[in-house]
Amino acid sequence: MSFVKKLLKNPLSLTGIVLILLFIFIAVFAPVLAPPADPEEPFDMPRDGYRAEPQKPTWLTENEENLSPGDEGWHWLGTTEGQYDVYYGIIWGTRTAFKAGLIVTFATLIFGLFVGTIAAYYGGFIDELLMRIVEVFMAFPYLLAALTVATVLQPRIGKGIWAPMVALIVFGWTGYARLIRGDILSVKEREYVLAARVAGADDFRIIFKHILPNAIFPTLVVASMDIGTYVLSFAALSFLGVGVQKGYADWGQIINFARNWIPVLSNYWHIIVFPGLAITLYVLGWNLLGDAIRDILDPRLRKPR
Amino acid sequence: MLAYIVRRVLILPIIMVGVTILIFALLMLLDPIERATLYVSDIPHDSSAIQKIIKKYGLNDPIHIQYFHWLVGQKDPETGEVEGGILRGNLGWSHTAQMPVTEAILHRLPVSGELAILSIVPIILLGVWTGVQAAVHHNSFIDHFSRVFAVVGWSLPTFVFALLMLMIFYSGLGWFPPERLSQWAKEVVWNSESFVRYTEMNTIDSLLNLRFDIFLDSVRHLFLPVFGLSYVIFARVMRVMRSSMLETLREDYIKTARSKGLSERKVINLHARRNALIPVVTIGGLLFISLLSGVVITETIFNIHGLGRLFVNAALSFDVVTLLGLVLFSSIVMVLGNLIVDILYGFVDPRVRLQ
Repeated sequence: MSFVKKLLKNPLSLTGIVLILLFIFIAVFAPVLAPPADPEEPFDMPRDGYRAEPQKPTWLTENEENLSPGDEGWHWLGTTEGQYDVYYGIIWGTRTAFKAGLIVTFATLIFGLFVGTIAAYYGGFIDELLMRIVEVFMAFPYLLAALTVATVLQPRIGKGIWAPMVALIVFGWTGYARLIRGDILSVKEREYVLAARVAGADDFRIIFKHILPNAIFPTLVVASMDIGTYVLSFAALSFLGVGVQKGYADWGQIINFARNWIPVLSNYWHIIVFPGLAITLYVLGWNLLGDAIRDILDPRLRKPR
Repeated sequence: MLAYIVRRVLILPIIMVGVTILIFALLMLLDPIERATLYVSDIPHDSSAIQKIIKKYGLNDPIHIQYFHWLVGQKDPETGEVEGGILRGNLGWSHTAQMPVTEAILHRLPVSGELAILSIVPIILLGVWTGVQAAVHHNSFIDHFSRVFAVVGWSLPTFVFALLMLMIFYSGLGWFPPERLSQWAKEVVWNSESFVRYTEMNTIDSLLNLRFDIFLDSVRHLFLPVFGLSYVIFARVMRVMRSSMLETLREDYIKTARSKGLSERKVINLHARRNALIPVVTIGGLLFISLLSGVVITETIFNIHGLGRLFVNAALSFDVVTLLGLVLFSSIVMVLGNLIVDILYGFVDPRVRLQ
């Protein structure tokens, strides 16, 4: 209880919580905020024609056709290259961000826990081997390796959100494996583990009932803080062009559309400022929250006042 | 210290073997004919010629034999020449660059190197300095300012920041254009007889040729990419430096130093800063990764034809042989970078080397 109270008292972490709640709200109510034309394919961004040149937000223009909000040609945040509606893309892109962030975090966490636990629990040669494998994976620059794997996978599993996500997972688990390994090593020598072993518990029971519950917490905290980072990497892959298929509601892709308009970007500021703001605020929310959680949980960092 | 370094160096070959196996595994996901670009530059279109190439280079052989061939190359039975082999520096043919991958890497390395080196300087010097200032003047204006600056910088993706900078300073004000040089300067650098390209880094070459106008032009072009690349990493260094400096300033030996009557300057510069640097060195490897991926994104946005740009172009045209060559190269850079970080770590923290 005092933990939550502390989070709500600190203005920085409160900002983080508000931001994340805002994005959760947007993601949940996306069908209301931006009703999809085709409910079967809500992630396809609607297009207003096929002209390349972006349109400014309607309320900033002369509005010669006398459009009112909600009309078909009305664009709250304008359109980007290819007439994709920016507002729609940001709203539904929030769902993409949560989907990518949560699935990648969850999968890397599970895999990291699995490898780290086995290495720490069995020790010896297995530990040595697994930790060398971890180091091999860590020898690759994360984004570059993910970009390569996504490229190799795309012709095999198709263009879409899965290729970049799998790529991020393949190279993302190493940190957790190391973390949980260290924590298990310090837990597994405790008396209650020995007692469980003497009482005849098998490995499975010892790991899941006695070791993991006592060692898993720091890894969980770190993983939850990484959601923002994974969304950032996912958006970067998308931005570089190995992400989702064209027209899929995704922040990285919307920002990618701005690249062809760099010389006149000050005219079409809305195609970079709005999607840029969305992703920055999203990552900021997770970072602020993560910072606060770490400050509260890590007594070494607690400031004497 | 020596034993510590030797131990670090001895692990390297094991890691590198693992790295090659992993890259080779990715390579094996390709069809045999796609892998043929490892050895030949022109893939023919008719199927009998394709079969001949596959047979000649053993692209359907058992995996371990192919791995061996990939490492050391293989002899052409007709000419007797050895072809391929990454250990011989032969990474295959790059369709994206229209030259061998190794040559493309060497060709473009100075471009990316210039960008990275120029970015490291402000990251480390300014990051450490600001972090120390923020901690020394705890809860003052500079402290609050730097904290906001850091947390925003940490959340701002490089690609968003770079595009925003271009929007303001190029599209809006026209101060700092993208690419590496203006058109007139390109003419001089690439086509004039008198201009010698010693290092292929424009800033250094122009100074060596005493062409200060070109130097200014290349600085003008480098300003935004360097700024965009260093800002995010700078923010991180500053954060870590600040919190570790704050922690160090509360240690007992700082109290001792102060009570000895040392000047505040000496306490901070000689006693606190050095110990506070340890966590910064620890995240050094992390910074290295950010720098490498930052180079890829920055070069793509600013249209700089370096390694990062090649990487993205190769990815977009499914040129996996080029991609994997670049990944291999970057992981070698990374392993060496981490080694340097480890050695530095031993230098700043005596506890590590005495273990």
